[in-house]
Amino acid sequence: MKEIRIHGRGGQGSVTAAELLAVAAFADGKFSQAFPAFGVERRGAPVQAFTRINNEPIRLRNQIYEPDYVIVQDPTLLEVVDVASGLKEDGILIINSDFDADKFNLDTKAKIMTVNATKIALDIIGRPIVNTVLLGAFAGATGEIEPKSIMDAVKERFPGKVGERNAEAIQEAYKMMKEAKK
Amino acid sequence: MTPENKLDKSKMVVVEGSYAVAHAVKVCRPNVISAYPITPQTHIVEDLSQFMADGEIPNCEYINVESEFSALSALVGSSAAGARCYSATTSQGLELMHEVLFNVSGMRLPVVMTIANRAVSAPISIWNDHQDAISQRDTGWIQIYAENIQEISDMTAQAYKIAEDKDILMPAMTCMDGFILSHVYEPVVLLEQDLTDEFLPAYEPENILDPKNPLSFGAFADPNYYTEFRYLQEQAMQKALKKIEDVANEFYDVYGRYYGGLIDEYRTDDADIIIMAMGSIVGTIKDVIDKLRDRNVKVGLLKVRSFRPFPVEAITNVLKDAKVVVVLDKNISLGLNEGALFTETKSSLYNTDIRVPVVGYMIGHGGRDIKIDTIEKIIDEATEVMKTGIKIESQFTDVKEELI
Repeated sequence: MKEIRIHGRGGQGSVTAAELLAVAAFADGKFSQAFPAFGVERRGAPVQAFTRINNEPIRLRNQIYEPDYVIVQDPTLLEVVDVASGLKEDGILIINSDFDADKFNLDTKAKIMTVNATKIALDIIGRPIVNTVLLGAFAGATGEIEPKSIMDAVKERFPGKVGERNAEAIQEAYKMMKEAKK
Repeated sequence: MTPENKLDKSKMVVVEGSYAVAHAVKVCRPNVISAYPITPQTHIVEDLSQFMADGEIPNCEYINVESEFSALSALVGSSAAGARCYSATTSQGLELMHEVLFNVSGMRLPVVMTIANRAVSAPISIWNDHQDAISQRDTGWIQIYAENIQEISDMTAQAYKIAEDKDILMPAMTCMDGFILSHVYEPVVLLEQDLTDEFLPAYEPENILDPKNPLSFGAFADPNYYTEFRYLQEQAMQKALKKIEDVANEFYDVYGRYYGGLIDEYRTDDADIIIMAMGSIVGTIKDVIDKLRDRNVKVGLLKVRSFRPFPVEAITNVLKDAKVVVVLDKNISLGLNEGALFTETKSSLYNTDIRVPVVGYMIGHGGRDIKIDTIEKIIDEATEVMKTGIKIESQFTDVKEELI
């Protein structure tokens, strides 16, 4: 079982990202489960969402404390939330940032990777909405999911041009992370 | 022998729990849906109102009311007039319905309502526990608890079939853990329209409110008559015990999916320790049991689906060979320091030859997460009870002493 925690701010689509990841993982032939950190959601407040991916049906219902992967949508969260909390040593932490990974001094032995998802989103989608872009980055960085499955899930959720542009941005982020892994 | 649950991945889609339930309600072809669309509510009624707006539920009225009290009151009249009725609620909304719950049951109206179980105020909590529904225990509603969104979705059709049976005619609450199931996305087979049309016949009550043939529902019963109404309600509940089992089996025959009838069992065959629980926590418990079984801890699970009617015989049959029974409750009867499932399990065993220690843990109040470690610790303590007897009969779990 792989467990993923997504950090964002209310309004950035963290819950949608967790859900799309679950849809994509299921399309890959796995079982999945996505849920928000249940709170009193407000725009701008720190929020978390979770996805589990497994080869067998998932029965567990508790929250995720030791994720394999963490995705951070907004680097300003690093000042207020311990985003590396519980992250497995062999895990990966993906941060949306224009800085290099070595600029981040976080309390984790896990690999830190950065991607300028905001720039990709602005260039391709035309809006600074990074949740889907980061899923492309996740696919490239971890290999846990097929990029096509993510793109299909996004296109189904956002039909038409919006979905097409998101898919393009996902492909771009996927390629960049795949490159960075080499 | 538990039938095998056939999972057909090709029929599954990843949707939110509330959506799966709304879809299930739709294919059950309701005639009247009422809802008070404000917190506390769920996405269930939002999705249903979308289906209505899209014209996907024919021959149905959707009534927006001004309170939860009105939501259920509207269904009293509708159901008495012969409509298949549905509503969904949770927490404080269910508590506001309290008076009307008795009316629905007393008039023998087979309304089905989904409860997204949540804690009750004060203090304000929006998170999951079972206090809302458990507090409605004696209102004469069938109460069935689900483990996952496939089960709660399928339970909708089962509930109508049980409630509307001519021998039963009792309302039913189908209970899903708020947030944990109502807001989770996972793969599910959406309740099939064609199979449901085969499984669930149209609701055709013998007695309805009809100006051409005037009848009274719930009218005055003086002391000469009142007792018999209560007696007959209890008779119906006792008949429902068998009906719930039958319907679970019929459901399996049509859809190939099974979750237990009154109860379900997991690895209980040779179990020394049996854990009893209701709702989504049983999924986590199954994982813990597999882990402990690998370490040769003989532990099993008794999942209670039907809390009302309470399946005394089914439960005592499973517990008769256990060496210790652990009951987990997401509720408390204040002033007794016990959860309801614990109290009633003990009560079920008392006038029998079964002499097994039973210990209770109140857990997960107001949405406190139930960790694997916590369940393991409880099973460790049960192992001690087996050796040395009961030290603490019933207790709160994970109390933060530093906050007191």
